[in-house]
Amino acid sequence: MLEVVLSLLIIIGAVFTFIGSLGLARLGDFYTRLHGPTKATTLGVGSLLIASVLYFSTRGEGLSLHEILVTLFLFITAPVSAHLLSKAALHLRVRSLATPPRDAGDPEGGRPARDRVEESR
Amino acid sequence: MRHVLLPHPVLTPVLAVVWLLLVNSLSPGQILLGLLLGWAIPVFTLRFWPEQVTIHKPMTLLRFLGVVLYDILVANITVARLILAGRKHVSPAFVTVPLALRSDLGISLLANTVSLTPGTVSAWLSPDRTRLVVHGLRVDDPDALIAQIKRRYEAPLKEVFEPC
Repeated sequence: MLEVVLSLLIIIGAVFTFIGSLGLARLGDFYTRLHGPTKATTLGVGSLLIASVLYFSTRGEGLSLHEILVTLFLFITAPVSAHLLSKAALHLRVRSLATPPRDAGDPEGGRPARDRVEESR
Repeated sequence: MRHVLLPHPVLTPVLAVVWLLLVNSLSPGQILLGLLLGWAIPVFTLRFWPEQVTIHKPMTLLRFLGVVLYDILVANITVARLILAGRKHVSPAFVTVPLALRSDLGISLLANTVSLTPGTVSAWLSPDRTRLVVHGLRVDDPDALIAQIKRRYEAPLKEVFEPC
């Protein structure tokens, strides 16, 4: 019974992690590709970790909970790296399917786009 | 006035619990060591944490965590389905969320939550910290998305960290 649950969790984890990576290949532009690795993988890694907790806790060596920390660090770092990547992309004006707000990515913000173009010449 | 010996009362137990999870044991020695680290780290890293953190409504925070966990689950399934459906079903857009939150911690938590939940990634924060630009994977109604982020995530965070 336990083995069935464990295998199911590992398969679910693998499938979601795979779909997350598949997103990198299938989606259209930089920003949409960012969605795959930040989200689908959290559930993927999450169920792999639940499987790990179950496996090590039922081997009779006491409760194993340090996998919770992996989840915690993942939930903290994944959005931060995604935010930094998209901030850099906005700054570099990477090609995008959606139109970003005019001043987004400008470190000073709020200045008319006109000035910026003249400056860069 | 700030407490010099215990600058972050909330951080101490959190760090102690993290330590206990790291060593994966509950022996009295490790609990003591965890508490010691939980006290020492905030004291020595005080300059990186200029803001005092106070949690005003622990129950609201718990409910918020529950909502976020549920949304993460839903988000994963929605995004997975969108990826499998292919790029024709994706209609990405940028929306600008005006922020009511003012504190560093509040804004970072909101940005993190937005990135973890359904089809949205926080993309850019304006330098004056009044607007958060969010990229959505499938945006049918930008105003509804903004309203949802404000009601579902920002309002509870504001209640917990910045009541006024």
